Amino acid sequence: MDWEIVIGLEIHTQLATQSKIFSGAATAYGAPPNTQACLVDLGYPGVLPVLNEQAVVMAIKFGLATHCEIATRSVFARKNYFYPDLPKGYQISQYELPIVHSGHIDIATSQDGFKRIGITRAHLEEDAGKSLHEDFHGQSGIDLNRAGTPLLEIVSEPDLRSADEAGAYMRKIHELVRYLGISDGNMQEGSFRCDANVSVRRKGDAQLGTRTELKNLNSFRFVEKAIEIEAERQIDVLEDGGEVVQETRLYDSDRDETRPMRSKEEANDYRYFPDPDLLPVVVDASVIESIRDGLPELPDAKRARFAEQYGLSEYDADVLTGSADLADYFERAAAAAPNTESKTVANWVQGKVIAALNEDGLEIAQSKITAAVLGDLLEKITDGTLSGKLANEVFDAVRSGEGSVAEIIDERGLEQITDASAIDALVADVLAAHPDQVGQFREGNHKVLGFFVGQVMKATQGKANPQQVNEALRRLLAE
Amino acid sequence: MHTDTLTALSEALAAKKVSAVELTETFLDRIARCNSELNAFVTVAADSALDDAKRADERIANGSATPLTGIPIAHKDIFCTEGLKTSCSSRMLDNFIAPYDATAVAKLRDAGVVLLGKTNMDEFAMGSSNETSYYGPVRNPWDTTKVPGGSSGGSAAAVAAGLCCAATGTDTGGSIRQPAALTGLTGIKPTYGRVSRYGMIAFASSLDQAGTLTRCAADAAAMLTVMAGFDPRDSTSLADPVPNYSACLETPWNAIRIGVPENFFDDGLDADVAAAVRDGLAVFEKLGATIKSIRLEHIGLSVPVYYVVAPAEASSNLSRYDGVRFGHRAENVDDLLDLYKRSRGEGFGAEVKRRILTGTYVLSTGYYDAYYLQAQKARQLIANDFKEAFTDVDLVVGPTTPTPAFGIGQKVDDPIQMYLNDIYTIGANLAGLPAMSIPCGLVDGLPVGLQLVAPHLSEERLLKAAHYFQLETDWHRQVPSDFA
Amino acid sequence: MSVTPEDVSKLCTLARLEIGPEESADLATKLSEIVRMVGELQAQQTDGVVPMAHPLDQPQRLRADAITESDARDRYQENAPQVERGLYLVPKVIE
Repeated sequence: MDWEIVIGLEIHTQLATQSKIFSGAATAYGAPPNTQACLVDLGYPGVLPVLNEQAVVMAIKFGLATHCEIATRSVFARKNYFYPDLPKGYQISQYELPIVHSGHIDIATSQDGFKRIGITRAHLEEDAGKSLHEDFHGQSGIDLNRAGTPLLEIVSEPDLRSADEAGAYMRKIHELVRYLGISDGNMQEGSFRCDANVSVRRKGDAQLGTRTELKNLNSFRFVEKAIEIEAERQIDVLEDGGEVVQETRLYDSDRDETRPMRSKEEANDYRYFPDPDLLPVVVDASVIESIRDGLPELPDAKRARFAEQYGLSEYDADVLTGSADLADYFERAAAAAPNTESKTVANWVQGKVIAALNEDGLEIAQSKITAAVLGDLLEKITDGTLSGKLANEVFDAVRSGEGSVAEIIDERGLEQITDASAIDALVADVLAAHPDQVGQFREGNHKVLGFFVGQVMKATQGKANPQQVNEALRRLLAE
Repeated sequence: MHTDTLTALSEALAAKKVSAVELTETFLDRIARCNSELNAFVTVAADSALDDAKRADERIANGSATPLTGIPIAHKDIFCTEGLKTSCSSRMLDNFIAPYDATAVAKLRDAGVVLLGKTNMDEFAMGSSNETSYYGPVRNPWDTTKVPGGSSGGSAAAVAAGLCCAATGTDTGGSIRQPAALTGLTGIKPTYGRVSRYGMIAFASSLDQAGTLTRCAADAAAMLTVMAGFDPRDSTSLADPVPNYSACLETPWNAIRIGVPENFFDDGLDADVAAAVRDGLAVFEKLGATIKSIRLEHIGLSVPVYYVVAPAEASSNLSRYDGVRFGHRAENVDDLLDLYKRSRGEGFGAEVKRRILTGTYVLSTGYYDAYYLQAQKARQLIANDFKEAFTDVDLVVGPTTPTPAFGIGQKVDDPIQMYLNDIYTIGANLAGLPAMSIPCGLVDGLPVGLQLVAPHLSEERLLKAAHYFQLETDWHRQVPSDFA
Repeated sequence: MSVTPEDVSKLCTLARLEIGPEESADLATKLSEIVRMVGELQAQQTDGVVPMAHPLDQPQRLRADAITESDARDRYQENAPQVERGLYLVPKVIE
């Protein structure tokens, strides 16, 4: 029997504001517990929320980038439930009228090329704090630093049909929020988290099966693994004649299984109602237009432009536009090397530059070889000053802080010998020193040509321009 | 001196006929002598009050005084006061020291008032008799077997008995106007959003508004001029500029049109109260006002609307009291659920529990549309009635309460009867309109209040009408004989 | 519509309120009266009426994104019943 998996994702992405969504406390990660929880975040008696403008702007940016409608009027509601990481006993969240709704994003799939995934809505809400479970004599410790950090919850349509598609969608959203500069997307720090609604049905069935919700999937791999495991579990249950229970489940990556979440067993009734401390958020069309004008170039557009403008392969364009910073680095390097083939720039960025970053544990924006330096270096290859091999050496020297490109070439005397008469003289010397090999060449053994090249290079410590050496050898041997 | 108006004491201070320290000592002495009988104050801040008074005298001496500098006042214990216990008269917050000042508190402090202490109230402002307080009922200075009204009953009793010169209150469904009426005071609830709600512990956020209980309209004007204004910490505060309400009292009287809702004078209204209200209307007529009869078609819905909306909001507002970050925490709990249920079960009194459960009920799945949404629609109808009335009249005037003060214990076990005390006052909260109660007579030795309701942001019109009324009458100058 | 003791018990769980057995019956009676009283609203014709969520008919004001609060943990935790190493303690949270 063929089964179809139906998946919808709810992605929670923390917005990269300085201060919290309803208070002036900092949002920075990693501060000592409760030092970034102000009276508003603690839900103290008498305090009131005031909405952060940037959170609204960031939500609108996301909406515009995903072809969504931007609600000119959206409303914050209270979602009422008790939990120690939720100080007020309610979460302020948009419920009936979200700020962003009805859009889509395209993902690449292995079978069909591209697939359009609907975005039902994206709404603003406040994050909760954290419960720490270790070492408090059987109690839990509550840190409310994260409470009130702005979240954008992005809800997809149940358009995803496999764990791979879910992963591709999540990566695509992840890339987009970072491009837009609205989230750092840091999954280790919990800035980008995902819940998955998973159900299965027999192929051809119109009706959706009973779904389960998988909570807190905090890596791409876990999303894919958890969905696979959960879909298998549901199929097993159904094939054994059982029924899937609608419930919230947790993915246990150590055991590679999903299990029901105990704390959510009790039926909840969130008693949503409009938050009377906040008024409707009204966004002018002119504000939306000015945000649209300020949007950066988005990944799909940039990929297409890279392929077109730089004549790059789809693969190269894809890698280089993997992040806005990387794309920006490439473009600046290419601009600094106007006489160099774009393909060469692309190869160096994807090869040498990225390898160096990985080794140093740095981000592209922190690269020790700036885009300008790389461009300069590549121009030296193009104009024949450096061989590719020596350029590598210069790259490493600049990277380890020994000086500028020009200084290192100068100090180490690495400049290529390109003077035709000097090369002719070198070649003539080598031929004169090896009469036997000259004889072999003249008898038709052209393989010895490599030997001569090697001798010239040896004599010049690799600095002779290899093309010119070859040319001179052929000419002088023919005489 | 303790029965003088704020305006008179302000003049005496300015003229250096009395010092702020002397005035403060007088009132602290009054509190020491009378509070055990009235239970009006839950916290007396004698030391800090004298510090406030010394600073006030310095300001008066160096010429930087305001009309409120050196005036001894009290705050309802719903306003957060930095470093001072802020209990909302609940066991839940019996141990709570506010780490910050409410905006209204800070503004009054900056103007130089002397804070004598915090006044008793119905627990979390839920009540109309001040009997739901964890600290016991407040007694009415006019008859100590009677309630002073609620929820700002402590503030009302304190001003009426001369334990302070003026007091703040909050009004969610009549909690300033009703106690003002029952204790012979002038009470004002400004337009929703006129005074910041920041630091005022929330009961029902879309209805709560801070105001004052004073001896007369001129005193209210002086207090409100300082308390009102935009606050960046309150998203629902109004940005409109604040007029000098005291100055506008002095402008010439202009003939106004008064609408009297005839459906306020039905069976529920005590006949003697009705007569006192009619007498009050006659005073306005004498002043040249045109009196016309109006109908507020949907005002009869205001009690049921209120008892859906207010508990709904309260049930959510009071969820933060969970025994984790502040407030009462139950001991020897089994688990998290037990911590929550017992901390809240022990911390809240019966009326608060009833309202939390009512609010939980009307918001729960299956009931939301029938109760909460329907109440919001009916609220719109009530607000529209007022809007329509104000196309034709300048003020809506009628009784503040159906009866004078009732006996302590008389209605405490009958929520519905208790809720009906607010039948005339709730409408202004639902519509967000400014409203006042001013004394207009005595029935069997107990004060009766006349309620004035004005359009959005028309506090000037309201205060001026009350002020001119008080130039013609002396009901507001009556003081309970035992506390004269 | 009347509220039964079972309803009261459900509401108490939702609202996290412990009530004594003697309170339960009284609460059921009083909540029934209140629900009956507010139930009068249902007789009102409200077709086409826009629900009034708030007395202010104005949009939400937005705050500039700036850090205006600094650490005052120790002061804020003076009101806390149980803290350790800067954390608020609660009975073990089970996920």
